[in-house]
Amino acid sequence: MDTSTIISIKELPPEENMLPGTAACAGCGGLLTLRYCLKALGDKIIIVNAAGCFTLLTIYPFSPFRNSWLYTAMACAPAGAQGVRDALDILIKKGKLDPEENLKVVVLSGDGSAYDMALSSTSGAIYRNLDFYYICYDNEAYGNTGFQHSGASPFGSRTGTTPPGKEVPVGSQLQKKNLFDIWNSHKPPYIATVSPAYPVDLMNKFKKAEQFKGPKLFISHIPCPPGWGFDPSRSVRLAKLSVETGLWPLKESVHGEVEHTYVPKRFKPVEEYLKEQERFSHLFKPVRQEDALKSIQEMVDEYWKKHEFLP
Amino acid sequence: MGKEMLTGNGAAAWGVRLAEVDYIPAYPITPQTEIIETIAKWISDGSMDASFVTMDSEHSMITAAGAASATGARTFTTTSSQGLLYGFEMIYTVAGWRVPLVMVNVSRGLSSPITLGPDHNDILAVRDSGFLQIHCETCQEVLDSVLMAYRLAEDERVLLPVMVNMDGFYLSFTREAVEIPDMEKVRSFLPEYRPEHAFFRAAKPMAQGVAVLGGDFYSYFKYQMHLASQNALEVYKEVCDDFEKKFGRKYGTIDEYMLEDAEYVLVMINSFSTLGKAAVKRARENGIKVGLLRPRFLRPFPESEIKNALEGKKAVAVIDQNISVGKGGIIYSEMAGCLYNEVDKPLLLSFIGGLGGKNISQEEFEFIFEKMISASDTGIVEPPSLLYTESELEGMTKLKEIAGKE
Repeated sequence: MDTSTIISIKELPPEENMLPGTAACAGCGGLLTLRYCLKALGDKIIIVNAAGCFTLLTIYPFSPFRNSWLYTAMACAPAGAQGVRDALDILIKKGKLDPEENLKVVVLSGDGSAYDMALSSTSGAIYRNLDFYYICYDNEAYGNTGFQHSGASPFGSRTGTTPPGKEVPVGSQLQKKNLFDIWNSHKPPYIATVSPAYPVDLMNKFKKAEQFKGPKLFISHIPCPPGWGFDPSRSVRLAKLSVETGLWPLKESVHGEVEHTYVPKRFKPVEEYLKEQERFSHLFKPVRQEDALKSIQEMVDEYWKKHEFLP
Repeated sequence: MGKEMLTGNGAAAWGVRLAEVDYIPAYPITPQTEIIETIAKWISDGSMDASFVTMDSEHSMITAAGAASATGARTFTTTSSQGLLYGFEMIYTVAGWRVPLVMVNVSRGLSSPITLGPDHNDILAVRDSGFLQIHCETCQEVLDSVLMAYRLAEDERVLLPVMVNMDGFYLSFTREAVEIPDMEKVRSFLPEYRPEHAFFRAAKPMAQGVAVLGGDFYSYFKYQMHLASQNALEVYKEVCDDFEKKFGRKYGTIDEYMLEDAEYVLVMINSFSTLGKAAVKRARENGIKVGLLRPRFLRPFPESEIKNALEGKKAVAVIDQNISVGKGGIIYSEMAGCLYNEVDKPLLLSFIGGLGGKNISQEEFEFIFEKMISASDTGIVEPPSLLYTESELEGMTKLKEIAGKE
């Protein structure tokens, strides 16, 4: 792949490596992310898929991919990637496989797997410096089972297992885990956050990652129309709002050095993002939960203050 | 290469080395560790050309092993007890991928209470997964079975993973004289793995482990696995014949000991059947016509061989080194299921012995022989019983006193 930076959406490769007609929900931000990721990765790849929404992209005998695909389970897609990578390497080394037949190994998982169940196998794969790409589509809950709380669910959100009620009006009382920092503490060569609303930024990150041998992570914050509760036509708008409000910082880490790749000139109030979604509606009605809204805004402000983009 | 004194673990490692395995993802657990340490040492000193990686868990290890196998590498892995159970989810998944992975399980009892001694609840817990299961009595058999397992697994009529099982401690750490086959001869028996069926390549994309929506399709694939497992019985005969021609050692799906003219039969698996055979030999000296049947395969279950071997016998005693809590012996149930429709079926007695590696004494075998004889004389079969001696109970009572519970 040409690793020079692109500046316009017109420069995205025209090839589609993910074909239409999948069983994904209308407006799925994850599918949009994946489409861009596959433009960047090409078709000489194997996707090792953790159980999740995207397990249902391939339903026998159909596949929307031009590339190979392996289903594992929620806890172990990085281990599956290890087996494929090691097998290709040893077969090439022994002269049993033409290097032309080599594949890039890509893990694809939702946040439930990435943030929770597969943390152990992910940590192991990074620790062993496995040469692979890890794409996490993060819709902030267990989407495939109907939207229950995961380690990625944000404070104040309604999920199937954190329903707001008289005793717990706020919904989820826990803060979203910081997967970027968890990965970064392992010091892999490359980590990035991406968004389907910023495809140029996404593409350039893949181009940059290409040069590194070792674990490469991409976490995409993705709107989920049925889970978040919004009209599918507004998916990209919401992905954009999560960045413009500062809730989802677009950044990358190269060997542990973190840099932001896009900083909004003016941060929109988080309320603009929250009020568009059914999963936060309890924060606004029947009564405004002022403390909760304030604490979400403060959390965002603190982050940007720490990185000296806010006074 | 001649004979060497090898432990069961050492013999397993030699099987892997001779099979020229490409890839070994590993995770340590007692009493299996000697296998992966031996392989790691050989790779480190250059006597084995393979890739070795220590994984973060058995769950990851079995995943990596299955994925590598699906990519076309000859792959080996090994575990034991809790480790096998930790990887349980992926045992089923990997079997469904239809990849020819070979895995050694070194049997050890399951928690709780935690123990190191062997019994077969670990391996029998994964009985229905689709992995074929070979159970070994001797160290030689462990080595030979690893080689035969690859032949079997890689046969296009089978394409299922295989577990080779041995008892922890009793076999894993016992040294016996083991014939190490000549490398060139092994190559003529087990050629290099060149998969034809399914593997990941750039030029030939493939989706593996794809979802099926609907029981019609799910049933089809599951039944295909069942048929492939049944095929393994025939294929295994060919493998055994070829093995005997090349190496002179004869194996079958069952092992028969003094069975031909026997009236009473013990059914046991793995290394404890050596104790059973010794007891049979002594009983014969006393004029009791007993024999022993040792299933080497538990999956596929060699039903017709077992039925043939037990035809016309008066009574059969199954000694299970396992307990299905709330039911009893697992192999007893398997045997009962196997014989149920036979017209002249022998009486079937159930004993549970050797749990957690507990010894089975000569007196206990004599007790079993008496029970078989009296059952066939009276036609009355006593309920299943645990083999547990007075002195063992006394020992247990003492511990309970110390614990303040008696």
